[in-house]
Amino acid sequence: MQEDLLDRGLKKTVDWRLIVLYLALILFGWVNIYAAVQSGEPSSIFDLGSNSGKQALWMAGAVVLAALVLFVINPYFWESVCKPAYAVVLVLLVLVIFMSNNVKGSHSWFELGPVKFQPAELSKITTSLLLASIMSKPGFRMNNWRHFALAAMIVLLPMLVIVAESETGSALVYTGFIFVLYREGLTGWILVLAGLAVLLFVLTIRTHWWISLIVVGVVLLVYLVYYLRRTPSLRLRRRVVRNGLMAALAGVALVFAADFLFHKVLKDYQRERIEVVLGMKEDLKGVGYNVHQSLIAIGSGGFWGKGYLKGTQTSFGFVPEQSTDFIFCTVGEEWGFVGTLAVIVMYGLLLLWIVRDAERARSAFTRIYGYCVASCLFMHLFINIGMTLGLMPVIGIPLPFFSYGGSSLWAFTVMLFIFIALDRQEKKYF
Amino acid sequence: MENDNRSTKLLIGLGLVLLMLLGRLFYVQIIDDGYKTDADNNSLTREMIYPPRGVIYDRNGLLLVGNKICYDILVTPREVKEFDTLALATALDTTADFVRERMQYYHDYRSRIGWQTLTFLKMVSAETYLRFAEEQFLYPGFKAQVRSLREYPFNAGGNLLGYISEVSPEYLEDHPDYKAGDYYGRTGLEAAREQELRGSKGWHIYLRDSRGRQKNSYHDGDFDVEAVPGKDIVTTIDARLQQYGQQLMKGKKGSVVAIEPSTGEILTMVSSPGIDVDVLADFGRHYSTLSRDKNKPLYNRAVSASYPPGSVFKLVNGLVGLEDGVLQPWMQYPCYNGYVYTSSGRKLGCHTHRSPLNLEDAVMMSCNGYFCYVLKSILENPKYHSTEEAYIHWREMVMSFGFGRKLGSDFPSELSGNIPSADFYNRYYKKGHWRFPTIVSLSIGQGEILTTPLQIANLAAIMANRGYYYIPHVVKESEGVEIDPKYYEKQYTLVDTLQFHKVIKGMWKAVNALGEGGTANAAYVAGLDICGKTGTAQNPHGKDNSVFICFAPMENPKIAVAAYIENAGFGATWACPIASLLVEKYLRGEISEGRREVERRVLTTRLIN
Repeated sequence: MQEDLLDRGLKKTVDWRLIVLYLALILFGWVNIYAAVQSGEPSSIFDLGSNSGKQALWMAGAVVLAALVLFVINPYFWESVCKPAYAVVLVLLVLVIFMSNNVKGSHSWFELGPVKFQPAELSKITTSLLLASIMSKPGFRMNNWRHFALAAMIVLLPMLVIVAESETGSALVYTGFIFVLYREGLTGWILVLAGLAVLLFVLTIRTHWWISLIVVGVVLLVYLVYYLRRTPSLRLRRRVVRNGLMAALAGVALVFAADFLFHKVLKDYQRERIEVVLGMKEDLKGVGYNVHQSLIAIGSGGFWGKGYLKGTQTSFGFVPEQSTDFIFCTVGEEWGFVGTLAVIVMYGLLLLWIVRDAERARSAFTRIYGYCVASCLFMHLFINIGMTLGLMPVIGIPLPFFSYGGSSLWAFTVMLFIFIALDRQEKKYF
Repeated sequence: MENDNRSTKLLIGLGLVLLMLLGRLFYVQIIDDGYKTDADNNSLTREMIYPPRGVIYDRNGLLLVGNKICYDILVTPREVKEFDTLALATALDTTADFVRERMQYYHDYRSRIGWQTLTFLKMVSAETYLRFAEEQFLYPGFKAQVRSLREYPFNAGGNLLGYISEVSPEYLEDHPDYKAGDYYGRTGLEAAREQELRGSKGWHIYLRDSRGRQKNSYHDGDFDVEAVPGKDIVTTIDARLQQYGQQLMKGKKGSVVAIEPSTGEILTMVSSPGIDVDVLADFGRHYSTLSRDKNKPLYNRAVSASYPPGSVFKLVNGLVGLEDGVLQPWMQYPCYNGYVYTSSGRKLGCHTHRSPLNLEDAVMMSCNGYFCYVLKSILENPKYHSTEEAYIHWREMVMSFGFGRKLGSDFPSELSGNIPSADFYNRYYKKGHWRFPTIVSLSIGQGEILTTPLQIANLAAIMANRGYYYIPHVVKESEGVEIDPKYYEKQYTLVDTLQFHKVIKGMWKAVNALGEGGTANAAYVAGLDICGKTGTAQNPHGKDNSVFICFAPMENPKIAVAAYIENAGFGATWACPIASLLVEKYLRGEISEGRREVERRVLTTRLIN
């Protein structure tokens, strides 16, 4: 009787589509890690001396973790621990600055014997949980500035500490939480203004400050003309003018600050990476090397790809960090457009289904958490794939479920399965 | 809250971003030909160019470690056509079985190997390569790649230089910038200066057409990377002196270290038994024999062995006593075959000599009794409230001479030796229960004191400089190779410069006052003004260790030497002639007529098997 219930329950309540996609992604990732580390003499995919063998162990661990989160841990547990968990992870984030060895300039890894992990990975989960918990409280209103400030602080605090760890790339992921805030009632103007600010910044460093100023003026004019004509009330008209002028002023300030930000605030390597993306610099042997190699690998794949384990770029290891940050190149080279299309469709479906499940949830906590998961995954995917395609500057963050690395695989697994568990809980009582 | 609208907007945004990525992929992978040539499985191949490793010179520009050319034979199995196995085996100096076995392996793994080029045979000599090159057209798919091997034109250095070997899987794990098949420095200078010596690899990119034939270079070579040769290292070693030192030490166990006092540059560092450079060149084959040898030839005793310094340490005690004001050069102490340090009459023995002696003569004759009185007056100085307090002060003074801590030389395996802390004695004897008689053997450099040969050579340099030293080092600054600025800084001891001549007088007499009972007459070379101090340190494993430090000439010293020979008896017997021969060779370039006999005795004697 009992078993019967459980069986029916499992089938109907767990969103198996997500689990199938998850498994497909980690398996395809693993197969590609093997191809990426394959060089010289062939060895087995389970060879523990290589990244592919180690990834097999990490994957086994990830599946165990997923099962724990889904079947053993009570889903209510997550909301109840979110505050202390957030605090502990924040402390770890700070401690790691002082206690870690310098890995390529960043201080973000704890090393316990052979095990290394980045608290920044955990912090995405705890931040999402706390954000979901705070924002799902009855009475939380996004247009109350105190409430908004609290939500913003929850996101900015870990983000700033991670910047202090010199892991600017990981910190950038946190900007994705703006989508969650938007979904929960933040005005869409913030998204529009943020987008405009990025464009303005690029325009200023790419061309001249006076061109940017003209653009600011034109945008302001268009905005005023459009909205003033549609706003009959005098009081609201005044507000339109005031908001427009304030935004324009901020834009002008950004134009004049751009040069300073670009040359003084950003570190040299960060500036150079941006210059490469914007085509201001073509340093094929230095900073632009990775991206150029990555493009050769992806581009040479063509429509059908060169075939598994037949990529010349891949097997000779000319793309650095190929099993981690540049794993997408391997897909591009060996599986061609067909392969990259498949990967992007898989991620697209994963995000679509998470958002759909989240929207269907009755509990606000589940909904908001679902959006947090989707936003983090989206940021990683966009930055990582954008980087391999030369659309984004080189930022060393992994492709979720795909890149080599235990700590990121486990963190993303736990993050996703908490959502699947919460979602299952929702459906249990229907 | 009506939010469906927002959710839809976000999903539309997501869709647009994904479409943008797909659009870019479509462009890069299908439309733009810049990243490929044809859809017909055309591909790029890269040919690696290995840079020559930096070479190593001695201080006078003599080549210590050079490169010689050898070849790796590579094969691209896909390009191989049928060929005569036996003929190839003969051309490459290998067996037909080997060739067959490799080809079978390539066949078994053909799908994994694809278009890759693999190494078929490693390190083929230039001679063999020439034979192969003549017939190369018979073996499509095979080609040769230049590699460089180490070559040692001069038999000097051995351990000091270190050896290189192919990277191990464990090393690759921690060093992602190396690839299987690369070489790296395992020990010695090769390891310490790996970053400068290795250079960086380059490559040429070629296009391959659909039949796998190499066509012209890709993008006119725009993406080719030139190999950057490794940087050359100039050492402070004097190759000729080093070689002479190795000859002198042949058949003896121990070390000789020579330092230029005015710079801290190590002129010679011999650890014996060591390894000859011809062993170094073919290290892989000798490794197991060497690592099992009970005399441990792989181990650099000069920095990694610590011994009691014996009587040479009396110099330090004397200087500390002078600086503290508890010892004056004119003070005389009696010694009748030793110093009685307990009421029950326990005695620290001494050899027979006239008595009493002043400081100068006590140094000259290395009187044990005298220096017991010296340490007694340091530790029982009324300025301090307890032996412990006085001891802490003494230890601080001694450590300023570079003892009991790492000197900071550029040898990664340098040991610190040991000057026991007051806490050590507090634990061992309980606090307040140890006094001067308990630790009387420190007076003569015995007991718990341990020093490395490098540290006592540094003591010789301190004596030569009258009170300071430069941290001993073996790499000189040269173009593209920087050394730590600390090597240019004078390190002062806590003893005033003005105290030094009082002790040095005794060191001069020990060598040069013939027939007055000096212990180091064996080091006398007319006109060189060598100043020295012998030592005989107890060795629990057999005969005493023979120790000698010296510098020369007395004014403006050019060289400071320490010799430490295990189980060789009195300092005067072996260490003294060895060190003085080295000094003579360095300052004069040859050994004088009268000393040839000493030289012959040293060169021919074998103290170990």
